[in-house]
Amino acid sequence: MNTFLSQEVPLSWYLILSAVLFVLGIIGFLFKRNIITTFMSIELMLNAVNLSFVTFAQQWHTVKGQIFVFFVMVVAAAEAAVGLAIIIAIFRARSTLAVDRIDLMRL
Amino acid sequence: MNAHLHLWLIPLMPFAGFLLNGVLGRRMPKWGVTMVALLAPLAAFGVVANAALDVFGSAPTASSLPCVETFGNWINIAALHVDFSFVLDQLSLVMLLVVTGVGFLIHVYSVGYMGDDEGYARYFSFLNLFLFFMSVLVLAGNALVMFIGWEGVGLASYLLIGFYFQKKSAADAGKKAFIVNRIGDVGFLIAMFLLVANFGTLTFTEIATKLGQDPGWTGGVVTVIALCLMLGAAGKSAQLPLYIWLPDAMEGPTPVSALIHAATMVTAGVYMIARMHVLFNHSPFALGVVAVVGAATALFAATIGMAQNDIKRVLAYSTISQLGYMFMACGVAAYSAAIFHLLTHAFFKALLFLAAGTVIHSLGGEQDLRRMGGLWRKLPVTFAVTTVGVLAIAGFFPFAGFYSKDAILYAAFLQGPSGRALWLVGVVTALVTSFYMFRLWIMAFLGKPRGDLATPHESPWSMRGPLVILALLSLGGGWMGVERSAGWINMERFTGFLTPVFGTRTATGSAHLELALSVVAVGVALLGWLVAYSFYREKSTVPAQLAATYPESYKILANKYYVDEIYRAAVVKPLLGVSRYFLEWVVEIGVLGGIAWMLAGGAKFAGAIVQYWQTGNLRSYAAWLAAGAAVVLLFLLVPWATVMAYLAAIHLGLAGH
Repeated sequence: MNTFLSQEVPLSWYLILSAVLFVLGIIGFLFKRNIITTFMSIELMLNAVNLSFVTFAQQWHTVKGQIFVFFVMVVAAAEAAVGLAIIIAIFRARSTLAVDRIDLMRL
Repeated sequence: MNAHLHLWLIPLMPFAGFLLNGVLGRRMPKWGVTMVALLAPLAAFGVVANAALDVFGSAPTASSLPCVETFGNWINIAALHVDFSFVLDQLSLVMLLVVTGVGFLIHVYSVGYMGDDEGYARYFSFLNLFLFFMSVLVLAGNALVMFIGWEGVGLASYLLIGFYFQKKSAADAGKKAFIVNRIGDVGFLIAMFLLVANFGTLTFTEIATKLGQDPGWTGGVVTVIALCLMLGAAGKSAQLPLYIWLPDAMEGPTPVSALIHAATMVTAGVYMIARMHVLFNHSPFALGVVAVVGAATALFAATIGMAQNDIKRVLAYSTISQLGYMFMACGVAAYSAAIFHLLTHAFFKALLFLAAGTVIHSLGGEQDLRRMGGLWRKLPVTFAVTTVGVLAIAGFFPFAGFYSKDAILYAAFLQGPSGRALWLVGVVTALVTSFYMFRLWIMAFLGKPRGDLATPHESPWSMRGPLVILALLSLGGGWMGVERSAGWINMERFTGFLTPVFGTRTATGSAHLELALSVVAVGVALLGWLVAYSFYREKSTVPAQLAATYPESYKILANKYYVDEIYRAAVVKPLLGVSRYFLEWVVEIGVLGGIAWMLAGGAKFAGAIVQYWQTGNLRSYAAWLAAGAAVVLLFLLVPWATVMAYLAAIHLGLAGH
């Protein structure tokens, strides 16, 4: 354990990086207007979570965390495919990608 | 041997018929409906007949009865155990032979009678449903299973009275029958509650055992139970004061009147009292009530029957009157006489109704006696069988009614002075009965045709066949009770057959007394015929003169003692008033409506508030989500104990300085 701490990057650094990435994703999701940027922010959050998965997998010497990462990547890929299709459909219909304009479901 | 009786088949067959015709009847060809409808009761009758042969074939001591079949436990609460059990003993065997036998004949008759009706399959599915419930009622081994059948036959009766539901009078009559029967059913239910509370069981044999262990147990709660049962029986069997539904029940098709409202269902009350006879035997007061109600109903209904002009209504009042006889017999504890009369009455009253149905059918729906006449030439078979039926109900020797009616009158006569009073009422009723039945017979069949009716024609064989069989039974049905060795009108054999159920009774009469009483009975029947003949033969003006001389009495009779009007004023109108003004305006609109309005208003108000959060802005939702997650994280990650301790330390340190 000592060798791990002394020779390699400490666990907390990974986790802090993951948290920072996640918060960046949230901020991007909340404040960006372009729907594609919003979309990328979601990807960022997913990958932040992936990073902490991998970190703990390394720390506890199990493969479960790494397998989960694959699941998340598969879902993210599928989501990207569906999401981009929706974005294109929206753009064709509205000629805009600003999320504030896409509020027809509102009461 | 018992295992081969297969009692469960008896109700199951008609039930299968009901399901088949009820579900698929519209898609099946007519002959298919007919086959299903006829095979179901025939199969049930076959099972019953098989059991009967089994019983009659073996020696009385080695008899297989009573045969109990239990199909599992139904209710199991604390000390109360109710099994789903059927019992076949001598009593239920006789009743089942009537129900399935006469039932089958009436099914056959209905094929001809209802042939042109578009509700053909519906009619037969209801009729089979009735047979199902009736056989459950008869076979029941405890009061609760009997109650299933009891309510079920009420349902079938309601459905069939209102068969022509497009007609308002028919629909109303069905409702009337159903509601009046409910009043009686309350009595039955309370009796069952009391039985559970005091005996801890509803099984007939266990009740008998418990009462048998304590012979001194009379009056009190037993009387209350018996009176409640009597109320139930009075509702089902159309006794005073609950008889009013039966005349209106004639709105149903005539075979229904024959099967349900003459031969079988209305006798369920008599059957129930016979089934519960142990309770009644322990309560002389309740027996007295049964006897008095029966005698009063017999005379009351018979007098109404004198002044009715609708052929089916005359028969309906006559049914009420004959049921009164049966109650009278139960009231003097002559249960076997009651069941004997039930049996013969099923024969001749079914016959009379079916014959009346033939007359109505051939006249194109005419039911008014005043527009009939001279039908004997046109409808010879119907005329012949009606004659047999009239002779049987009037009590002429050697027709069936003679034996059973005399058995009742004889049993009543032996019951001391009060019994003689009952006997006298019975004899007067017999006179009136004979009068109005011959009046019907003369007005319908003799003389010249009065109405300008379509040419009457005799019915198809499917209608005439059952008539002839029932006529033979009405003629010879009484002989089965007679034992030649013991007096010539004695019904020893029938009583002996039912002894295992009712126990032995000590008769103190003599053959001479019996003979004298029967001569009196036949005498009054003859007198009734003579009076009717002199009144209603061709061009007689006697009835009109009588009606003109005593207009008040005639009006009272013709209007059925105004009982319907009295009930309307005393029960129906107040009830309607309460419903209309109190229930509708105060309860419905005020209370219930107010509560509903308040609930709706509250929901609307809450919705208006919550609506503000529903902005539709996706990013504000996401912000709320993130804020929530942040709060949760704050609670989970911050080591609150340490923080608090630190804060406390600072506070103490500050205070210390």
